[in-house]
Amino acid sequence: MCKIAGFATDLSGLRRKMRDIRVASGSFWANRMKTLSIKVDYLTRVEGEGALHVKIKEGAVEDVQLKIFEPPRLFEAFMRGRRAFEAPDITARICGICPIAYQMSAVQAVEDALGLKIDGPTRDLRRLIYCGEWIESHALSVYMLHAPDFLGYPGALEMAGKYPDAVNRGLQLKKTGNEIVALLGGREIHPINVRVGGFYKTPTKRDLAKIGERLKWAREAALETVRWVSGFEFPDCERDYEFVALSHPSEYPLNEGRLVSNKGLDIEVSHFDGHFTEEHVKHSTALHSMLIQRGAYFVGPLARYNLNYDKLSPLAREAAEAAGMKPPCLNPFRSIIARALEILHSCDEAARLIEEFEMPEKPATDVRVREGVGYACTEAPRGILYHRYRIDNEGTLLDARIVPPTSQNQKTIEEDLRQFIPKYSNLSKEKLTAFCEHAIRNYDPCISCSTHAIRIWDSR
Amino acid sequence: MPRSKKPKLAFWKFASCDGCQLTLLDCEDELLAVANEIEIANFAEASSTVLRGPYDISIVEGSITTPQEEERIHRIRRSSKFLMTIGACASGGGIQSLRNFKDVREFVSIVYATPAYIETLNKSTPMKDHIPVDFELQGCPPNKYQLLEVISAYLYGRKPITPPYSLCLDCKRKDIVCVMVANGIPCMGPITHAGCGALCPSYRRGCYSCFGPKEAPNTGSLSAWFSSLGSPNQDIIRSFRSYYGWTEAFRKESEVLEKS
Repeated sequence: MCKIAGFATDLSGLRRKMRDIRVASGSFWANRMKTLSIKVDYLTRVEGEGALHVKIKEGAVEDVQLKIFEPPRLFEAFMRGRRAFEAPDITARICGICPIAYQMSAVQAVEDALGLKIDGPTRDLRRLIYCGEWIESHALSVYMLHAPDFLGYPGALEMAGKYPDAVNRGLQLKKTGNEIVALLGGREIHPINVRVGGFYKTPTKRDLAKIGERLKWAREAALETVRWVSGFEFPDCERDYEFVALSHPSEYPLNEGRLVSNKGLDIEVSHFDGHFTEEHVKHSTALHSMLIQRGAYFVGPLARYNLNYDKLSPLAREAAEAAGMKPPCLNPFRSIIARALEILHSCDEAARLIEEFEMPEKPATDVRVREGVGYACTEAPRGILYHRYRIDNEGTLLDARIVPPTSQNQKTIEEDLRQFIPKYSNLSKEKLTAFCEHAIRNYDPCISCSTHAIRIWDSR
Repeated sequence: MPRSKKPKLAFWKFASCDGCQLTLLDCEDELLAVANEIEIANFAEASSTVLRGPYDISIVEGSITTPQEEERIHRIRRSSKFLMTIGACASGGGIQSLRNFKDVREFVSIVYATPAYIETLNKSTPMKDHIPVDFELQGCPPNKYQLLEVISAYLYGRKPITPPYSLCLDCKRKDIVCVMVANGIPCMGPITHAGCGALCPSYRRGCYSCFGPKEAPNTGSLSAWFSSLGSPNQDIIRSFRSYYGWTEAFRKESEVLEKS
């Protein structure tokens, strides 16, 4: 430690010069001969267990593997022989973050098999509980899983020091969504009040009014969320995607609609099996879903947004315009804005449903069991979730097929990395790895779900 | 503040739905306060921060279903002072333990086109079958207030209060009319571990035992009740073969019923 100030300054200046030379020559050589592997052994801030391996050779991407190693729990196999009415409770356990999506797809598929169509206030209550889940899941994703990437933090808890208002807003938005789910479903995770035919017990107008009050705050918070995320810096990455989502004549899709895409798909949900297929690849315990005719496709908020923009609430459309998000948006990094807009839309929709709520005559319609095959597709927070069940005349499940959203996005995620990495190959390995993880989080993966995109054939 | 240095907490996931990690994140009002009292060393769902062990408190969700998981839990046990399981999967084997009653090879080949790519164990088993466990928090999902209770109890060096008596006591406390006696609805409450606040009966639904067996459950007596209410034998077996189906008391009862 030199006590002569002048000399000390020179030394640190020299050190700085040496470091600059080292960095410059490093990137010089790095650009010329970029051959490296990116390995993330355990992806964080995603739901479930996955890893990433990328091989880059001389600046070109040689291989990308989104390695899902989430252990298979074999739901579709052990569901055989269970009662059809158990489907909503059992399938909820496929995912802790989106149990309502499973319960909604499950009950509707069973009802379809039994020739039962739910309408009126019960249908509205189902839309309401789904709004609750969208708010909760999207708030979790935006604030806790995805925003830290844009702001350079390992997580929201670490972010809370510098952004306390934002993190608290996110937590309270998530809480609002959870309150809706808990009121209508009994509890936030694995709700108990959903059944084939409707509900076990319906809420009163007074219970709902309390939530209505809360939604006034939530709507403002959601607007603030849109403003907050649209100010982030977005990598300039765009691709030509096939977006797939439900579409309904008058509603932003939740529980019902036809399956459509921006490249000509327009089918009834019951024709899903004829247009989509799965591939079992070695590096993933989750099957890769593909369109039979065209391969990879993209589901989730950005897909819904691009295909159903005109059905968003007026406030959400206004906020979208202010955020510079006129459809079609082809930059997956901007899906965080689509998610924020969906939070806003869900607050509006929930408020409307509560305002117009009428108690149904009975919490559930009577259900008569008969044999049949039933299909349903609903929009989980992360994208379309398809269930198909075959039931015998005693109401026992013979076979089940469940295709969750994240399994449908796997190929698209890998292709994104293949196409985007070359643009950013001048980044350091650490920054490039962070970029890859960020690109994966654009899809808000729910990996525990995706390991259940499985077809099971009844051997009879 | 009982401690001068913040204890290191790690959350670990095995075969599960991630609902238990989410349970902590669902404590929206308390989360930041909790994060202040502990040092989060590993919490994959919420943070990219990974600190090396040893850990003061490890919370484990999910069951053991693969050889890799078997290895991993031993490493975690070795580096944890206090290890607790959270949820039905880690404490009881979970709903996926239904595979234990069948041939898993048959399941895998039905489910996956190339079974050779899938490495899985015959059974889905709880943590206590593999390592000594210091505490089990029941529930599918667990009650988030009970999770806070366990963490607080640990921080203050006292025993957590998570009573193992049956749901019936909570129904009585809440003035809920017994769905079984009054409505003839089969209810697992009399043999189920309390913690949910008698949720299903409060929604006029029979309990389906997502918190598992209470201490010393009288399963034979309840089966007889279900039978007298007109429940077919297969449905009674399904009631026991569920989220806690692999626990000894429930498994034995379902096997007895199967033989009859």
